[in-house]
Amino acid sequence: MKLTTDDVKKVAELAKLEFTAQELERFTDQLGRIVELVEQLGEVDTTGVEPMAHPLDVHTALRDDQLRTGLTHQAALANSPKHDGEFFLVPPVLTR
Amino acid sequence: MKLEVLPAVTLASMIAARELTSREATEYFLSRIRRLDTNVGAFISVDEEAALRRADEVDARLVAGEFSNSPLAGVPIAIKDILCMTGSATTCASRMLEDFRPPYTATAVQKLLDAGMVPLGKTNLDEFAMGGSTESSALRRTCNPWDPERTPGGSSGGAAAALSAGLTPLAIGTDTGGSVRQPAAFCGTLGLKPTYGRVSRYGLIAFASSLDQVGPLAHHVQDLAACLNLIAGHDRLDSTSLDVPVPDYASELAQPLAGLRVGLIREQIDNDSIDAAIRDATLRCQQTLSGLGAELIDVHLPHTQYSVPTYYLIAPSEASGNLERYDGVHYGKRSYGDAGSPSPLEAMIARSRSEGFGPEVKRRIMLGTFALSAGYYDAYYKKALQVRRLIANDYQQAFTQVDVLLGPVTPTPAFKLGEKSGDPVQMYLEDLFTVGANLAGIPGLSVPAGCNAQGLPLAVQFQAPALAEAKLLNVAHQLQQAEFFKPALAPSFAH
Amino acid sequence: MSEKPYKIVIGLEVHVQLATTTKLFCGCSTEFGAPPNTQVCPVCLGLPGALPVMNSRAVELAIRTGLALDCKIADVTKWDRKNYFYPDLPKGYQISQFDQPICGEGHLDFPNPDSPSEKLRVRLIRAHLEEDAGKSMHDEAAAKADSRIDLNRTGTPLLEIVSYPDINSPAAAKAYLTELRLLLTYMGVSDCNMQEGSLRADANVNLHLEQNGQTIATPIVEVKNLNSFRAVERALVYESQRQYDQWLKTQQTINDAPKQTRGWDDAAGVTVPQREKEDSADYRYFPDPDLIPLHVTTDQLDQQRQQMGELPAALREQLENVHGLKPYDADVIVSQGRGVVEFFQAVVAAGASAKRVSSWIQQDVLRTLNERGWTMAEFPLNPQQLSGLLQSIDASQIDNSRGRDVFQYWIDHPTMDLDQVKSALGIESIDQSAMEALCQELLAEHPKIVAQVLEGNQKGLGSLIGAAKAKNPNADHKLVRELCLQLIQKGL
Ligand SMILES: [Mg+2]
Ligand SMILES: [Zn+2]
Repeated sequence: MKLTTDDVKKVAELAKLEFTAQELERFTDQLGRIVELVEQLGEVDTTGVEPMAHPLDVHTALRDDQLRTGLTHQAALANSPKHDGEFFLVPPVLTR
Repeated sequence: MKLEVLPAVTLASMIAARELTSREATEYFLSRIRRLDTNVGAFISVDEEAALRRADEVDARLVAGEFSNSPLAGVPIAIKDILCMTGSATTCASRMLEDFRPPYTATAVQKLLDAGMVPLGKTNLDEFAMGGSTESSALRRTCNPWDPERTPGGSSGGAAAALSAGLTPLAIGTDTGGSVRQPAAFCGTLGLKPTYGRVSRYGLIAFASSLDQVGPLAHHVQDLAACLNLIAGHDRLDSTSLDVPVPDYASELAQPLAGLRVGLIREQIDNDSIDAAIRDATLRCQQTLSGLGAELIDVHLPHTQYSVPTYYLIAPSEASGNLERYDGVHYGKRSYGDAGSPSPLEAMIARSRSEGFGPEVKRRIMLGTFALSAGYYDAYYKKALQVRRLIANDYQQAFTQVDVLLGPVTPTPAFKLGEKSGDPVQMYLEDLFTVGANLAGIPGLSVPAGCNAQGLPLAVQFQAPALAEAKLLNVAHQLQQAEFFKPALAPSFAH
Repeated sequence: MSEKPYKIVIGLEVHVQLATTTKLFCGCSTEFGAPPNTQVCPVCLGLPGALPVMNSRAVELAIRTGLALDCKIADVTKWDRKNYFYPDLPKGYQISQFDQPICGEGHLDFPNPDSPSEKLRVRLIRAHLEEDAGKSMHDEAAAKADSRIDLNRTGTPLLEIVSYPDINSPAAAKAYLTELRLLLTYMGVSDCNMQEGSLRADANVNLHLEQNGQTIATPIVEVKNLNSFRAVERALVYESQRQYDQWLKTQQTINDAPKQTRGWDDAAGVTVPQREKEDSADYRYFPDPDLIPLHVTTDQLDQQRQQMGELPAALREQLENVHGLKPYDADVIVSQGRGVVEFFQAVVAAGASAKRVSSWIQQDVLRTLNERGWTMAEFPLNPQQLSGLLQSIDASQIDNSRGRDVFQYWIDHPTMDLDQVKSALGIESIDQSAMEALCQELLAEHPKIVAQVLEGNQKGLGSLIGAAKAKNPNADHKLVRELCLQLIQKGL
């Protein structure tokens, strides 16, 4: 498929990325060429081939339902760009 | 004494014999970093004080009789700045994580610490390990010690450069599509990508979770073996780590190669894109192996040409999800959106991500988001997972005939800085020979193979079935014994 | 039930918090009510490099639930990422199950609220495991102030149980939820505490109308914020009427409008439109590469079948068919939970008649538990004790009202035996001849009543019983009545 700037804009919204008009154009061109590259896979007959999401055929890794020491309150908040000592703070989640 | 030319295991035995202290060894490499790293740019951060404190502690514990079973106790090591370690920032070479100080340590690093190793600092990489030249690092520019105008490769470019400049005796990198093997090849060192699941990924900041694997870089095969022995093994904090016993890799190095079946990957060795010197290097390697009694057999990986497109759908798709956590909320860079935006929260998230990530990371996030989005999933992401299975089947088929596979690591030796950074597709095609091992989950080893006419390092790659790292190390060690390659620093750092 | 000009069609999505000690993917506690951001670790904070490891207990409880709901349990189940940005979702994706849920199709039968002896059936589409998000709090009054994020809840294991739109009345929706909650608490799968968010329901609602011989469906609305069963019922009553009014106004069918989301405002008693989560249509699900698929073994299934215990439906049947209770009474007892049912069974097994036990449990025992704030396990009398008392009543050795005195006294003196309690209360059995003498005395004192009885009017007998009790508190009222009648009829 041929990617348009509108396609790229839509993807950018999903990915929560902002682009200037200029960047958008450059990305559309570059992504377009990458998409062309990956579309080579269309040549491969994959009828009946099971998708391989994991490299190794291993199953079932569970842990016991046992408490494990987590982080202190201070450590949990330490990397936060903004907090009040109790909560992470973000701009209002509600829009008016 | 020039410590940088000694195997790490030799340093360790000197330290164990108290001929040398860990502090002396650490000071030695710190002083080399201080003097030489301005020309290389291998490290993002070096905490001298912490390294020396750690060395003193190890010295004291060695005197107290600890670490008696540890083949690398007291030896300094460089850590790729994508592995979390308390006490310092872990940046992924990104503005996004420039100030991120993880409250925990990656399992692989913790195992090195438990074995008495001494981290010197954190090495540079492509931002979030996305790249093959370390040029996408937002924090540092690293050059190839063999030729400062050239790239050290990537993404573990800092690790390979540090090793080849003699700034560390050992380094730990990560490999998602060749990120250990390719820089090792460009810098003339050994680089091992273990089997997926062999080493815990806990604390390795994810790029593409089904492909990422921690791996060591070294000059000497024994060092690689010793280091792998330390980091390998099951981790209950990583569901994808394999719960199978870890062999003693060092003990299998001396096995003779007589009767070993080596597969020559025709699609790779005969590939048009491959540099003549690299083809010659694989031929020389065949001759040496033949001389050591190995049997050479032509094999085919018919889906080789599809490995790059497959990889560049799967890796970005997983990355687009893995990097959604960087939203400016709980950690990492936060930038606020324009005043008066309808949703200040969403504006903050988008601005933080747009300012925090560099262009290559954004490209991959965009590509992955696209491949997973409604209407495209089946044609792109799912299709790639299917071809991935065909690629893995090719390997499985080949390993019914041979014990290891021989081929190139890269089409060319180290390219010039800036040469490919303008063209992502050209850059991606560089990964043609390395991504297969990641897609199939099998181990791959980059082995130095002398230099080309311009004095740039060449390399060959060996791949083996899952969990057959011992075989790879065995082959490489025998090649080292046979002087197919000689461990070497970059010439201008060797005096 | 008044006939409505439409049929209401309801499907429910229920999120149940599983009764685990730790979260779904990390060892942090799931306990409710801790100070904000104190039950967190690198995994549930979504710190870079941290990895999820699945809680085996959550898997077991999901399997147990699936078995009880007659679901097809998957041989292989896997985990997927549901991608969206929200500050209480620290990884930017929720780990959930997309195309291979642990529990496939099943169903739940429950008493029809309009006719308890009949059953309704709701078919289930699936039940899958997923992690909960954290909590974001916003001060409505200060619109520009920062929102606060607490991640204690993040990663709490949930089972999402999705029904087919098989529910056709608000009352049936409530009854379905009631039965589901009962089942889950019986199995120890969840405490289903709605105040603490352990059970949350969202409803998909629309109407089917008949027009010119064709069935027309109105647009589907998902109603959220249903924080109590009463809210579910009220919201559905409101929403169905709203949709009908809307239909009369706009004639919009399901083909004219996409699914909308509305929230229930309990105080105002209305549903209000909710802002659609942006990009809600595109969650970009894909298999979580950090978690490998899970094989469910027959051993695991057998083990969970054994852990399940007897379920409410089977117990109701047992109470009706074996013990002869009416469906209503069986339901009341079963609805009280496994402890009460087992107590009932033990009291009956010790010899008391099932009907009397049923009535005493429903009235005296439950009232006492309620008044004293006891659980069934904390009730001081053992089944043998209560059975002894009820058998004395069955045998007319004590009358019902004296029995209550015994009961009241006994629960505060549970170490005594029945005789000790009786003598502490001065209760003695009176022998037949003493009773006859007492009755003769009474009849002699009340000739008017005797005359009335002879004329066929027995009303006055009640006051004779009162008078008998005044003479001797141990007089059994039934016996007094019987003896007096006999004596009058014999002409004495
Ligand atoms: Mg859900
Ligand atoms: Zn946690």
